[in-house]
Amino acid sequence: MIKLLPEKCIGCGLCVKACLFGGITLDNKEPALNEYCTACGACVDVCKVGAIVLEGERSKAGHDTSLYSGIWVVAEQRRGRLQPVALELLGKARQLADARGSSVTAVLLGSGMDMHGETLIQHGADKVFLADASFLSDYRTLPAERVIGGLIEQHKPEVILFGATTMGRDLAPRIANRFRTGLTADCTGLEMSPDGLLLQTRPAFGGNIMATITTPLHRPQMATVRPGVMKAQHSPGRKGDIETVTAEPAPSDDLVHILSSVKKEQGRIALDKADVIVSGGRGLRDPRNFKLLEELAGFFSGQVGASRAAVDMGWIAHDHQVGQTGKTVRPTMYIACGISGAVQHLAGMQNSDIIVAINKDPQAPIFSIAHYALVGDMNIIVPALIEQLKSA
Amino acid sequence: MKELTIIVTVKQVPDTAEVRIDPETNSLMREGVPSIINPEDLNAVEAALSLKEQYGGTVTAVTMGPPQAQEVLEEVVAMGVDRAVLLTDRAFAGSDTLVTAFTLSRGIMKLGTFDLIICGRQAIDGDTAQVGPQVASFLDLPQVTYADRIEIVDDCAHVQRSLEDCTELVKVCLPALVTVLGGINRPRHPSLYNIEKACDETCVSIMGAGDLKVPASMLGLNASPTGVKKIFEPERTTECRYLSGDEKEMARTLINHLKDQSIL
Repeated sequence: MIKLLPEKCIGCGLCVKACLFGGITLDNKEPALNEYCTACGACVDVCKVGAIVLEGERSKAGHDTSLYSGIWVVAEQRRGRLQPVALELLGKARQLADARGSSVTAVLLGSGMDMHGETLIQHGADKVFLADASFLSDYRTLPAERVIGGLIEQHKPEVILFGATTMGRDLAPRIANRFRTGLTADCTGLEMSPDGLLLQTRPAFGGNIMATITTPLHRPQMATVRPGVMKAQHSPGRKGDIETVTAEPAPSDDLVHILSSVKKEQGRIALDKADVIVSGGRGLRDPRNFKLLEELAGFFSGQVGASRAAVDMGWIAHDHQVGQTGKTVRPTMYIACGISGAVQHLAGMQNSDIIVAINKDPQAPIFSIAHYALVGDMNIIVPALIEQLKSA
Repeated sequence: MKELTIIVTVKQVPDTAEVRIDPETNSLMREGVPSIINPEDLNAVEAALSLKEQYGGTVTAVTMGPPQAQEVLEEVVAMGVDRAVLLTDRAFAGSDTLVTAFTLSRGIMKLGTFDLIICGRQAIDGDTAQVGPQVASFLDLPQVTYADRIEIVDDCAHVQRSLEDCTELVKVCLPALVTVLGGINRPRHPSLYNIEKACDETCVSIMGAGDLKVPASMLGLNASPTGVKKIFEPERTTECRYLSGDEKEMARTLINHLKDQSIL
C-alpha cells in the first residue's frame, strides 16, 4: 500500500506526472491518493524527498529461487497433432536458456505422442518429458494440472511458458495457483536478465500501454504467449533426451467428462493462414462496405479482417476480428481500411511484413506502424485500387 | 432438479476503447474515460439469471474494487440479481490476478454453499482470463472455460465450449465454475421493478479485509507475486512512406510499388 508523508512533501508534482493512472493529486501542495491508485509504486520511485513510501515489504514468503533452474515449455497437441505454438515457444525458450546458461525442457501430454519427441528436440528442447496415457489424449484441466504439477514439483523449473490458447489459458492459471506464483498473460516480449529474472512485456489497458511484469520472489516464473508472436527455429541435427513419464488417472479426473467434440467448419475465415488480409474499421461507415474489402482481398486470394470497433457494432462476425481480443496475424501484406489503429488492434497485426494503411485522418496511429500511408477516403481509394488491379 | 444457488463475479473496468495516452506526459488520460461493467460479465449475469428462471434459485453478484465499484453491482441488481456483495478495502489495492482470485474466493466462502459460479471469460482492462480459473483453483472446484451454452442435467452441468478449432461438449459435476464468452447470450436490460430495488442502498452488502478474516500479508500488492517493473508507450519504429496525389494516383502508386516488390 502507498503511504504519503505530507510533512516531507515539497509539492514538486513529480509524482503526479509519474502516475499513469491519475491516482495521486496535489491540491494546495497537499498530496492525496484517490481510488485510481493501484499501488504500483511509480510515484515512490520518482519522489526525491521520500514523501511517498511503499508500506510493508513485499511478501517475504516467496520461494528459495536458487533451487529452481531450466526453461520449460508446455507443448500443446490437439487430436494428436503438435500445435505450431509449441515450436514457437521452444524457439524463445532456447534464446532464454542460452542467455541464462541453462537448458530447455518440453512437456507433452497425450496418447501416442512418441513421434513428436524428436520434433520438439529439433526445435530447441534439450529434454522432453512425454506423459503418454489414454486418459490424457484429449486435454482436460484437472488431469493435466495434476500431471504437470507433479513434474514441476519434482524438477523445479525456473521458467514455464504456455501458449496463450484456450488450453494454455485454461491450464496455466491453475498451475500458477498450485505453486502460488506469478503468471503473466499474452506476453509479446520475453527477456532474461542476468540474475534470472524473466522480463515479461505485455500490452495492458486494451493495448494502450505496454507493461513489463516480473515475478521477483516466486518460482517458477510463468508466462503465456499467443500463437504467431514468437518464431520457431528448426535445427535438424539437434540431439536431446526423451523421458517417458508414467501417469495414472485419479478419481478427481471424473469431475469433468468430454461428451463430444465437433470440428468447426474452417470455412473461408482462416485469418492466421492468410497471406494477405484486408481489414475494415469504423471508417467504413457502413457495413455494406465490407463487400468492397472482400472484392479487394479477392485479387490476392486474401481474407477479410476487422477491428474491434467494426465487430462491436455488429458489422461483421467476431471470427474476423484482428487484435488483442481477436486473432494475432502475421501476413505478407495487411491492408487496414478506415482503422485508426488502437493499440489493441496494432498488437494483433504489427508483425505483418508489409502494412498498408488507408485513413482520412493523417494523425491516425495506424500510420505510425504502416509502410505505406494513403491519406484519404477509403470509399474512393479502395474502388480505385480494385480498378487498377482489374486493368493490371 | 433442486433450486440453484449461483454466484456471478463482475468487475468495473475503464472503457478501454476510450482510453488515450497524453502525448505530453505519456500517461493514461483518465479524464472523461467512463467506467463500465466488464462486457463479458454482463453475459455471465445473463447466463445466471436465465438459469435461475429455468430452475429456480438465487443469483448473487460479487465484485472486488474501490468503493465506486458499487455502481456495477447496482447495475446488475437492476437486471435482476438477488444479492450483491462488494469486497472493498485499501488493503486490496494492487492485487494481481492470484491475489484478486484469492480475495474473491474468500468472499465467496463467506456466502455459504453454492452450485455454480459464473464469470466472464476475461476483463477488457487486462485481458488475462486468469481470475476465473484461479478462483476455481482456490475453491478446489472443477472449471469449464470458454462456454457458449450451459444446461443443467441432474447434478451436473452440460457446457458447450467454443475452442479454436472445435466445439466441445463437457459434463461437469456441480459445484463448478464456468467462464462464459460474449456470444453466449444477449444481456437483458434493467427492468423498472429491479431498478427500484437497485435504488435501495441496502441492496449491496460490503465486506472489508476484516470481514474476510485474512491477514494483511495475504492481501493486495504485498502478497502479489507479480509486480509491474516498467510501463511505457508502445514503440513505433517503422519508416512510413506517405503516398502523394489524389485517391486515384495513390492507388496507382501503391499498385506499382507492390509490383516492384513482387507482391503482385
